[in-house]
Amino acid sequence: MANMRRVGAFAAFTTSAALLLAACSSGDGDTTDPTDSPTNGEAEQSAEPVTLTWWHNAVAGDNGENALGDYWQTVADAYTAENPHVTIEIEQVQNEDLQRTRIPLALQSGDAPDLFQAWGGGELASQVESGYVQDLSDTLADDIERLGGGVSPWQHEGSTYGLPFTFGVEGIWYRESLFEEAGITEEPATMDELNAAVQALKDADITPIAVGAADGWPAAHWWYNFALRSCSQEVMAAAGVDRDFSDPCWVQAGEQLEEFIATEPFQDQFISTVAQTGATSSAGLVASGDAAMELMGQWNVFVYEGFTDGTDEGIAALQDDLGWFPMPATDGGNGDPSAALGGGDGFSCYVDAPPECADFLSFIVSDENQMAFTEATGALPVAPAAADAVSNPVLVELAQVAGNAEYVQLWLDTSFGTNVGGAMNDGIVSIFAGTGEAQDVVDLMTAAALTE
Amino acid sequence: MTALEASGTGTGPATDAKASVAGSTPVTPAAFNPRRDRRRKWFEIAIFVGPALLIFLVFVIFPMIMAARYSLYKWDSRQPFELAEFIGFDNYTRALMGGTDPETKEIFWKAYAEPFWNAVGNNAQIIALSMLIQLPIAMIIALVLNRKFPGRSSVRLIIFAPYVLSEVVAGLMWLMLLDPRGPVTEMLAAIGISDPAGGWLEDPQAGFWTFFFIVSWKYIGLAIILFLAGLSGVPPELQEAASIDGASWWQVQWRINIPLIGPTVRVWAFLSIIGSIQLFDMAWVLNKGGSTGQYSTIATLMVDIGTQRNDGGYASALAIIMFIFSMVAAITYMTLVMRRDNGARAGKGA
Repeated sequence: MANMRRVGAFAAFTTSAALLLAACSSGDGDTTDPTDSPTNGEAEQSAEPVTLTWWHNAVAGDNGENALGDYWQTVADAYTAENPHVTIEIEQVQNEDLQRTRIPLALQSGDAPDLFQAWGGGELASQVESGYVQDLSDTLADDIERLGGGVSPWQHEGSTYGLPFTFGVEGIWYRESLFEEAGITEEPATMDELNAAVQALKDADITPIAVGAADGWPAAHWWYNFALRSCSQEVMAAAGVDRDFSDPCWVQAGEQLEEFIATEPFQDQFISTVAQTGATSSAGLVASGDAAMELMGQWNVFVYEGFTDGTDEGIAALQDDLGWFPMPATDGGNGDPSAALGGGDGFSCYVDAPPECADFLSFIVSDENQMAFTEATGALPVAPAAADAVSNPVLVELAQVAGNAEYVQLWLDTSFGTNVGGAMNDGIVSIFAGTGEAQDVVDLMTAAALTE
Repeated sequence: MTALEASGTGTGPATDAKASVAGSTPVTPAAFNPRRDRRRKWFEIAIFVGPALLIFLVFVIFPMIMAARYSLYKWDSRQPFELAEFIGFDNYTRALMGGTDPETKEIFWKAYAEPFWNAVGNNAQIIALSMLIQLPIAMIIALVLNRKFPGRSSVRLIIFAPYVLSEVVAGLMWLMLLDPRGPVTEMLAAIGISDPAGGWLEDPQAGFWTFFFIVSWKYIGLAIILFLAGLSGVPPELQEAASIDGASWWQVQWRINIPLIGPTVRVWAFLSIIGSIQLFDMAWVLNKGGSTGQYSTIATLMVDIGTQRNDGGYASALAIIMFIFSMVAAITYMTLVMRRDNGARAGKGA
């Protein structure tokens, strides 16, 4: 569960799309007919037996539970019941194996699964340029419109090559009881307030913030957020397309991070801490109440739950004490203080997949199934009509922040692609380790971009 | 070669003459047919060598040629190779000297040449430290264990155990033990040895030494077992004779045992050098060579660039560079150090 939710942690690529998430616009009359699965009729015409292979990343977690994997199976069963000529063969693969090894090799070998996990951004663009994925713009036009802005990371040069089933933004998770203990009464909205909260927690002998810097990307997300506050939307969008990092805002992001690290807000030896595995991971520290805050995406509520004893009371107790606020505004900078970073999970169809693939994808993201998805897994849906099914109060708040954001920026490493994204993350970790500087991050990114 | 020919002649006539079964005296010299015999000999060679040669060609030579080819291209390894762009030796110059373009040299040096030379330096340090630290320790332990004492075989087993452990298992074990809140960290803290600022493994300075300790722990068993095997081949008469002449234990080791296991030590050193150049699994399992590359090796850098960053051309260039390093080291060592061992054996055989 933990790893599969590490959406786009390392992913690749281009569209630094300005995502307008209408996730919580429940009052806007976005309601469409939830039972309408538009292309079902077409598929039934081809009565010849068809086998769809489907690779997704929902594998069982440490406790053996696999809510999402079980849910996917029920979706497949429901679809094959409606379309008896279709057989769906599912393969569950751990997230990084799937993303780094299985899918790239399968695509290159020409023997690829019909429907496969797609993280959007630079990686998808690379697949599109190689001619590996189906253009769904026309076949699924209705679904694309219905899902709204959340689809844009799965679009490349105006065409759509995949559809997301979950999407969310990141912010700072915190333990309300520890805030109380330190006498913090309000969620920090500015960096000054965050710094004050850090100091208050330290005075109360509580580790203020946990970060899993050994994994790289969790540390890098701090820099992404500073960049989001210091760079304008135009600079962000341009960087996603032409990899131009000459604007001084990129260096300023690193300088703000250096300043912040200098206040020593993180746990001891954060550079040795991983994000999600084991009780000494950053998520473990927050879940056990050893640290007060952590900057993470929407999936982290499930990671925290994995550290409880698994009982309903244990999970409820944790959720009661879990708060969330968006990344605070910084002083100065050209970025919009309401902008948020986010990402999601989706599926794409292989270029040679039968037409049933797109039809099944449409079935997966139908309003009805998006609601069932949220009820089964608790995760945030993409379809606006399914927003009401979200029950976790923090995720409801998170969806509101996403809906009200000036724009939602896809994770920078996903947006810039594996190469530039990887160089960026390496540079940022060096800042955390004290061996690199703000300028280095920009230099590494620029060098990597020049080799593409 | 002589052996092969002999066996060829021996079994050759078997098809024509049942009489020659079981290598009895040459009964039917008339049946001896040199051409058929030669054909048969080549047929046998083909049967025995063919499969191995085929596997070698397909899985070693062919990938090497392909890597050499890829290394001359700018290639996003997720894309078909047809989309790659030929760039000559740019990938090599990027690794070795930060490219040739003066305008980008500074950032390319920082982004590519620096991590590369850092990894090369780590490899070189591990080779040097293996000779300076692992060798003497392994030698002393082997000499001590070479005597009979109760529980000797259990002690040998314990010492050899890490070498038999899977690399991944051992790596994960050390990751847990050396976690900032792990048992070893806590135990060391209890006796007053506090861990470095970044933690045992991830600290930019101390991390390398922790890594070297783990690698030594993992591989020293091999050295000890090899040395013990060598020592068991030293004729006991020599040691007894020396003792009778009044030599101390230490003198016996220094004048007799150590010189006589010289060939074994030289073979171990060869394996150690090649192994150090290609060191990958442990460094990768611990944290992909370290979050700041503090214990990265050429191999971890190559895999990182190739699989995590999909720069297939550059990673292939690193693979070729590593191959050249290994080959140069192997040939140099063979000609300079191991020649006398091989030469001695060849001399004996002649």
